[in-house]
Amino acid sequence: MTVEDLQELAEQEQQRQEKFTNRLMYCAAAGCVSCGSINVRDMLKKALAEKNLAATVEVVGTGCMGLCGEGPLVKVLPEGTLYQRVDETVARKIVEEHLVTKTPVKDNEIDTSHPFFAEQMKIVLENCGRIDAEKIEEYIAVEGYAALARVVTEMQPAEVVEEVRKSGLRGRGGAGYSTGLKWGIVRKVQSDTKYVVCNADEGDPGAFMDRSVLEGDPHRILEGMAIAGYAVGAQQGYIYVRAEYPLAIERLRLAIKQAERLGLLGNRIFDSQFNFRIDLRIGAGAFVCGEETALIRSIEGRRGRPRPRPPYPSEKGLWGMPTLLNNVETYANIAPIIRKGSTWFAAIGTPKSTGTKVFALAGKIRNTGLIEVPMGISLRKIVFDIGGGTPEGTEFKAAQTGGPSGGCIPAAHLDVPVDYESLSSVGSIMGSGGMIVMDSTSNMVDVAKYFMDFCKDESCGKCIPCRVGTVHIHGLLERIAQGKATTNDLPLLEELCMMVKETSLCGLGQSAPNPVLSTLRFFRNEYEELLQEPATFVPSGTDTPPTTH
Amino acid sequence: MKPKVATIWLGGCSGCHMSFLDLDERLIDLADKIDLVYSPIADVKEFPRDVDVTLVEGAIASFEHEELARLIRRNSRFVVSFGDCAVTGNVTAMRNSLDLDDVLHRSYVELADTTPRVPRDYPTIAELMKQARPLHEYITVDAFIHGCPPTADQIWSAVTELLAGKKPELTHVFLRYG
Amino acid sequence: MAIVTLTIDGEQLSAQDNESLLEIARQHKIEIPTLCHLDGLSDVGACRLCLLEIEGSNKLAPACTTRPMEGMVVHTNTEKLKKYRRMIVALLASEGNHQCSVCMVNNHCELQNLAYDTGLLYVRVPYLYPNKVTDASHESFIIDRDRCVLCTRCVRVCHEVEGAHVWDIAGRGIDCTIVADLNVPWGSAESCTSCGKCVLVCPTGALVKKGESVAEMEKHTDFLKYIVTARRKGEWISIENEEE
Ligand SMILES: Cc1cc2nc3c(=O)[nH]c(=O)nc-3n(C[C@H](O)[C@H](O)[C@H](O)COP(=O)(O)O)c2cc1C
Ligand code: SF4
Ligand code: SF4
Ligand code: SF4
Ligand code: FES
Repeated sequence: MTVEDLQELAEQEQQRQEKFTNRLMYCAAAGCVSCGSINVRDMLKKALAEKNLAATVEVVGTGCMGLCGEGPLVKVLPEGTLYQRVDETVARKIVEEHLVTKTPVKDNEIDTSHPFFAEQMKIVLENCGRIDAEKIEEYIAVEGYAALARVVTEMQPAEVVEEVRKSGLRGRGGAGYSTGLKWGIVRKVQSDTKYVVCNADEGDPGAFMDRSVLEGDPHRILEGMAIAGYAVGAQQGYIYVRAEYPLAIERLRLAIKQAERLGLLGNRIFDSQFNFRIDLRIGAGAFVCGEETALIRSIEGRRGRPRPRPPYPSEKGLWGMPTLLNNVETYANIAPIIRKGSTWFAAIGTPKSTGTKVFALAGKIRNTGLIEVPMGISLRKIVFDIGGGTPEGTEFKAAQTGGPSGGCIPAAHLDVPVDYESLSSVGSIMGSGGMIVMDSTSNMVDVAKYFMDFCKDESCGKCIPCRVGTVHIHGLLERIAQGKATTNDLPLLEELCMMVKETSLCGLGQSAPNPVLSTLRFFRNEYEELLQEPATFVPSGTDTPPTTH
Repeated sequence: MKPKVATIWLGGCSGCHMSFLDLDERLIDLADKIDLVYSPIADVKEFPRDVDVTLVEGAIASFEHEELARLIRRNSRFVVSFGDCAVTGNVTAMRNSLDLDDVLHRSYVELADTTPRVPRDYPTIAELMKQARPLHEYITVDAFIHGCPPTADQIWSAVTELLAGKKPELTHVFLRYG
Repeated sequence: MAIVTLTIDGEQLSAQDNESLLEIARQHKIEIPTLCHLDGLSDVGACRLCLLEIEGSNKLAPACTTRPMEGMVVHTNTEKLKKYRRMIVALLASEGNHQCSVCMVNNHCELQNLAYDTGLLYVRVPYLYPNKVTDASHESFIIDRDRCVLCTRCVRVCHEVEGAHVWDIAGRGIDCTIVADLNVPWGSAESCTSCGKCVLVCPTGALVKKGESVAEMEKHTDFLKYIVTARRKGEWISIENEEE
């Protein structure tokens, strides 16, 4: 495959698509599939056949279109009309009315000028809802692999690293470390063997950002990893993906095969000296295996337990070799950065948090689903404009970001810009992209307890503070929730939290107390209301009935 | 007025009290300084009020113990966990991970020499709780005397300091489990 | 390898940069409590008792796995560290079933000593009183999991020194347990050579010899020093090939 071949493939595919008068894009991501989008597809095809449109209208399954709460979703191209809650009846109407009589199905049409769409900005998810994830040609038709072609044929590895650094891109896996700096470190370490690893473990409860990208646009990850491989000097990549994502695994397998067939992975990519292969490694779904050192051990076939850093994986990673490890969404940003330039990317978001971030919006909010917003957008905009606010009759109370490692942001901080530094200044974190909205009906002690329950179950057990501390924090929260705790227990709870946070070995333990600490910071009264006074000495004469607990 | 001291025996083997008696001639000294208002070695029925220092031997093993603990807390200025069973649960708590019925059956039926019968069936005998647990898990405890049993010297040091109105300074020498 | 100068608890020292802060401190008679570390075995940084404060860093660093850097200023015994160490020991005590008075290593136990050194007057968190399996199927030894602090010294000595890899960890979080082979009774673990090294390195009464009675057993770990002198200073063992 040469650059020209790639160009030609892209044009062929574009021409093939132009032959259709319309393309009906139905959402084939997990959310819509679970509410019936496969039946919708069958009905669309059946209705098209009945109307003799099968040859001129194409039905295409795509990645997540975002508004998961209103699925199944169908988009009609080239108009771009988007339909929600499409069942078989509506599917038939889309063919018979929209396509044949040219009258849109008003009842199910979504107003795409609504802030849900208008406030979003799609880079990572640009192809979700736009291409068939199972066809490499469709990816190539939308400039897929053009960035890899350019990098391999026109740029020096150091230039690629520099471009990524200048973009300001920071790791989307949680910690927000500068991607360019990380690439630079791995590139500079002298070693014949280096590895590139994609962290697709996505273990946060309720998170499905990475999964949507993997299922909806798998080639984007392969391209990002190959570019990384070229930049740091690695020939082998691994994608560590959890076994709970069978569709993502299937799509990735297919995508790797397709890319190998076309010579976009393998030896002498674009006729250069650059060889790069990607293999999958399936994780058994332990949350801690998302931690980089545990993930590496797991790929090596050992027990997924973290180890102290330094040495960092960039110096000693997989099988002791320098290893670049990034998150799915981080890799998903690479191709656009190369295609459109670091200046373009750096102009999006805020100076220190550039680009966009994908969030899985859930909880007590009208529009739930997958959104991508420019960094620095206010939390208020996400909750009220994009999310449509809390349901009728309830009031916004807090937004939880960062899942079990994050915190709750109360209404008083609704105007906080969503960027790395601002979120941590209000006691939460950007995290990997979970965002749960809570309203006046949510109980904060229960929220903290829920996440602590998760962390105690997911602790690997290697270090004492996390293994035992999380159990006790959870137990204390339970006692508090049941009204059995005393005012002595609150300082104990806080001390335990600080201790687990400061002394645990890996990020799991270090961040596990965050949901408790942040709810204590903003909703302390909800804890205090549940506490009793401990019994004390009562001298005779001053007799008041002693409080018991 | 001499300080009022009480000692009580909950879920323990009485070894701590035996050790108390090991104070030997110091007991005479102590008897001059304190008023022993309640103790298994003194014949008083009701736990009195306004006790200055109460030493509690044993874990909280029955519902009766739990009630007593609260009474002790209300009636005492200083409550002391006296010996490892009160401090950690210790031997009394060895049954905790087992099923209570199994434990009772093993002890009172399988291993009985005569009249095998679980004492639970007698209404006069206190109902055991599922687990025996340390005193401080039920009430606020002011000081701890460790050991199984604590030595006479440990007891002496703690008691003299308590009577001087101080929390006993538990130096390395006296902090010992087992 | 290079020589660096650093300050530990106000004392200016010079050291080799491939030694751990723990080794350096101990060479200078500065005591840092440890549990998972044992001279002669790889370090895993798991118990967190040896944590130190390093000026300019907002994270506490384990002495056993941290290397010195030029100009580093280290504190080993701040109020915060003392408090956290005491809490760690309390968590350990709450996690198992420790009835010292009927334990074979009573008065010779590293966990007891840690409780004394950290001034653990009582355990503020509720005891968990877990239900653990004691296994006396081996002809010479017993594993009493009630006393196990999951330091993995047995796992490492068996893998790294004896080369048998009998022991490993099963389960996760609070349910972690030390298991022989693929979780079989120790007596039927075919890989066990009955060398007894694990028993000697075990800091508590979890691994004991049969036939000893309460408070009788004393452990000696110096044998390791002689076995592993050949592999000193990261020549054979280093944190990278640590295995558990
Ligand atoms: C307990 C734990 C779980 C983690 N899970 C994930 C995960 O599922 N996906 C991920 O990309 N990063 C996860 N991380 C962060 C990774 O360790 C690592 O920082 C990240 O993958 C680096 O990629 P980035 O620089 O692109 O963000 C986790 C960290 C911890 C401590
Ligand atoms: S913090 Fe928790 S998950 Fe991380 S190493 Fe320690 S026990 Fe394992
Ligand atoms: S192992 Fe140590 S702390 Fe545990 S019971 Fe035995 S002597 Fe006590
Ligand atoms: S058996 Fe002993 S050496 Fe092994 S992990 Fe438990 S306490 Fe450590
Ligand atoms: S001795 Fe360093 S962490 Fe255990």
